[in-house]
Amino acid sequence: METVLISVLNGLVYGMLLFMLASGLTLIFSMMGVLNFAHASIYMLGAYLAFTASQFLGFFPALIIAPVVCGLIGAAIEIWGLRRVHHNGHIAELLFTFGLVFIIQRLVQMTWGMLPMAYRVPPVLDFPLFSLYGVNFPAYRAFMLLVSGAMLLGTWLLLKKTRVGLIIQAALTHPNMVSALGHNVPRVFTIVFAGGCLLAGLAGVIGGNYQTTEPGMADSMGPIVFVVVVFGGLGSLAGCVVASIIMGMIQTFAVVIDYSISDILRPLGVVFTGDTLFTEILTVPVARIGALLPFVMMVTILFFRPRGLLGTRDT
Amino acid sequence: MRSRWWLILMLIVVAIALPWCFYDWTHHRHAGFLISMLSQMGMMVILALSYNMLLGQAGLFSLCHATFFGIGGYATVHLLNAAGSGDFPLPMEVMPLFAGLTGLALAILFGSMATKQRATAFAMITLGIGELMATSALMFHHFFGGEGGVTTNRMIDNSLFGLSYASGLQVYYLILVWTVIATALMYYLTLTPLGRMANATRDNFERAQFIGYDPRMVRFLQFALSGFFAGIGGGLYAITYEIVTFDALAAPLSANALLMAYIGGTTVFGGPILGAILITLLQSGVSLLSNSWLVYVGVMFIAMVIFAPTGLAGIIKAHDPIRQAGRLGSLVVPYLRLAIPSLSLVLGFVGVAELMSFLTIGAAQGRKLVLFGGPIDVHATLPWAISAGALLVGGLWLRFEAAGFHRVWESLTTEARR
Amino acid sequence: MTALSLRDVRKNFGATEIIRGVTLDIAPGERHCIIGPNGAGKTTCFNLISGRFPITSGEILLNGERIDTLPPHRINRMGLSRSFQITSIFHRLSVFENLRCALLWSRGYRYSFWSPLWRQRALNEAAEGLLEELNLGTRRNVLAGLLSYAEQRALEVGMTIAGGATVVLLDEPTAGMSNTETDYAMALIRRVTQGKTLLMVEHDMKVVFDLADTITVLVYGQVIASGPPAEVRGSRAVQEAYLGALDG
Repeated sequence: METVLISVLNGLVYGMLLFMLASGLTLIFSMMGVLNFAHASIYMLGAYLAFTASQFLGFFPALIIAPVVCGLIGAAIEIWGLRRVHHNGHIAELLFTFGLVFIIQRLVQMTWGMLPMAYRVPPVLDFPLFSLYGVNFPAYRAFMLLVSGAMLLGTWLLLKKTRVGLIIQAALTHPNMVSALGHNVPRVFTIVFAGGCLLAGLAGVIGGNYQTTEPGMADSMGPIVFVVVVFGGLGSLAGCVVASIIMGMIQTFAVVIDYSISDILRPLGVVFTGDTLFTEILTVPVARIGALLPFVMMVTILFFRPRGLLGTRDT
Repeated sequence: MRSRWWLILMLIVVAIALPWCFYDWTHHRHAGFLISMLSQMGMMVILALSYNMLLGQAGLFSLCHATFFGIGGYATVHLLNAAGSGDFPLPMEVMPLFAGLTGLALAILFGSMATKQRATAFAMITLGIGELMATSALMFHHFFGGEGGVTTNRMIDNSLFGLSYASGLQVYYLILVWTVIATALMYYLTLTPLGRMANATRDNFERAQFIGYDPRMVRFLQFALSGFFAGIGGGLYAITYEIVTFDALAAPLSANALLMAYIGGTTVFGGPILGAILITLLQSGVSLLSNSWLVYVGVMFIAMVIFAPTGLAGIIKAHDPIRQAGRLGSLVVPYLRLAIPSLSLVLGFVGVAELMSFLTIGAAQGRKLVLFGGPIDVHATLPWAISAGALLVGGLWLRFEAAGFHRVWESLTTEARR
Repeated sequence: MTALSLRDVRKNFGATEIIRGVTLDIAPGERHCIIGPNGAGKTTCFNLISGRFPITSGEILLNGERIDTLPPHRINRMGLSRSFQITSIFHRLSVFENLRCALLWSRGYRYSFWSPLWRQRALNEAAEGLLEELNLGTRRNVLAGLLSYAEQRALEVGMTIAGGATVVLLDEPTAGMSNTETDYAMALIRRVTQGKTLLMVEHDMKVVFDLADTITVLVYGQVIASGPPAEVRGSRAVQEAYLGALDG
């Protein structure tokens, strides 16, 4: 029982972290039709920048500085890079963001080195918030929930209550119409792209000490975030939240489950004999298969329901 | 047209003769490094060409191409083991064919799902497939061998020509033969109805429908066939290295295929060949000298995406009308004028990149930076100043020269068109 | 039996009804023009007939068979072909290749990846013939994307009729053309659609009244008049909708 409750909380924390990343990506993808492969790389950049900033200025200033810098970098990428390749076609845009991954990865390595950074939870937040069945729930995780919750609220307010938000919302589902109505779509694009990068940077700040800050972080987070975006559906932030939480839960729970598929089927009288790949897949405990689950989910949903859970547009 | 056939013939002759040019006559030894690199080139040519069947010819951006290469590899190691133990005697020369068939089978399976979607959804589903397969290969012991992969021995004593394939040279010639066959077949494909319709579907999905074709079917078939050829490459990989691990199906290899095809040029059939050769050369050579190899590739790639989306082969092809008008000579001086600032820019960039990487990575590894034969102190300001200066000066000067070059180019092309 | 029939066809986009119950019968060999103010739904009608969008209700029949649930390529194989308002060709293939591709399916080539195209004599001859008929012989090896606008429109018409379709839909074929270009294009269209059923959307009234056997006027997704040119010209409803644009 304890495991379930703790896992639910952890799953929620992880899910909200995923949401911060995925929301930026979904916004960019829905509006500009560009799949920003480098999104997870910006996340990584945010973590590293926060580490350096917190070394000189402390954690809380870093919380503000790092995302802003990421946003500015995003704006620069959009203005001087993405906009130029736009006229070369859709695939050129994809290729461009794809190439960015290599560059950012290596730049980070060159600037900070190959070893993981000692980016620690700030001491002021490093205490157990409460104890559940003897397992401590760190205050930092509650802080993460707070920040991601605030971000969710902030984004919702921005989209629903401001004029810019209204335009972005419209452009999420009908970009051509928005342009036809005379809005400066290129500028809106820059804002959205920069905003998405800012969110990724923010995720990096708080995620960097939840996970390890090292050059491989983009590679491990990247694919999962894509799965979330696809799963939640295009044009829908609500879908993004739902998908993120589901993904967070699945990944957290999967690690805890020591049963395998065959264990579940055995009471039903189904027994697998033989020593083949097929039986191996079925007898491996779910905890080990955990890494596969997101991709199975993604392939499945793209096959059956290409617009995702709550999407309003086909991918 | 005839000049093209001469070029191809010459290329094949060079490929056959090259190992012998570096033969160590005193010790009767082949240059192992060269043969190894040439073998790698052969496999990569097949990988890049088969990838371009999707990207350049059908307009499909796939992110799981290595999956089919890898599965061909895994199938081959198992076949080699079976042949070696006598369970399934198969001549070595035929192995790549079976590898190809395995790639085909998997491509049919995945292609039927993936090609139902358009553009970005297609890319994502292939991303999912690629990650799925790579993670599975790491995880499962049956067939994939888990983290350690599957090893084999190519001394199976079964060959149509009585060869033992003990020496790297024999393996290289096997690779060469298969590379030529695969390339010829892939070229032939572009001359068939399917090949042409793949191009048509790339250009205009809807128009293809309104001339009676189901574009999804066209894409599906193209995807399946590209998996076949990728599988052949994987089979050759297995024979050469005698071990296949999850690396053979992982994302970096798929990215490599993309890089080679794109930098070489997706709009010309031979582009990926050029890209594969070039990138393998650079990878073998430059990566030994520098830690920042990936930065250079990344920058080169992005520069191409922005400025030269047709790739190197596309740039070469763009010179055709000028060459046919006999005015190629007029470009010599403009190119020289571009070359000097470009050189400064590149050297400056390399300098800064190397210095930076040394400051953080290299120093930790305890190495000393040696550029152009002399040891350089990364903490002194002079090297930084020179590099940054070269970078800036080169960059600005290049911008200036590029405008002038562009004018000359325009006037020559309009003249040639007339 | 009619060549093409629409029976009470309706189309909604979300809550808006764009096509509100269109019923139309087109006889084989008839030259039928659809006219109407902008936004009337003419191109939408084409899109529904050719299978680009699904209909909300009603029926569309081609030579007596229902086609409203079929995908575009199946409809095309049944003998209906269309051109597009915005030129839709294979811009990275040569003019010759464009035409040859358009001929492939009707000549039974399907998805063959074993027979090389340069060996198919009858196919190549047919493509050359088409090239001459469209007067694009001098532009044979030029990439289609590099042609002039009028040449591209001609190519588009050529590709539309190449497959031997019996019912041809042309969506504003003379849009953006000068008077001479228009005359030229219309002469071409007349020539290549001999004996076929032609359904055309047009804004140029001179063209419409010159060519059409029957004219249908579409306003706000509804047919307000349909019949021979003289009858339509004299119709009060049409005059009200157009207010004077019928002169000439």
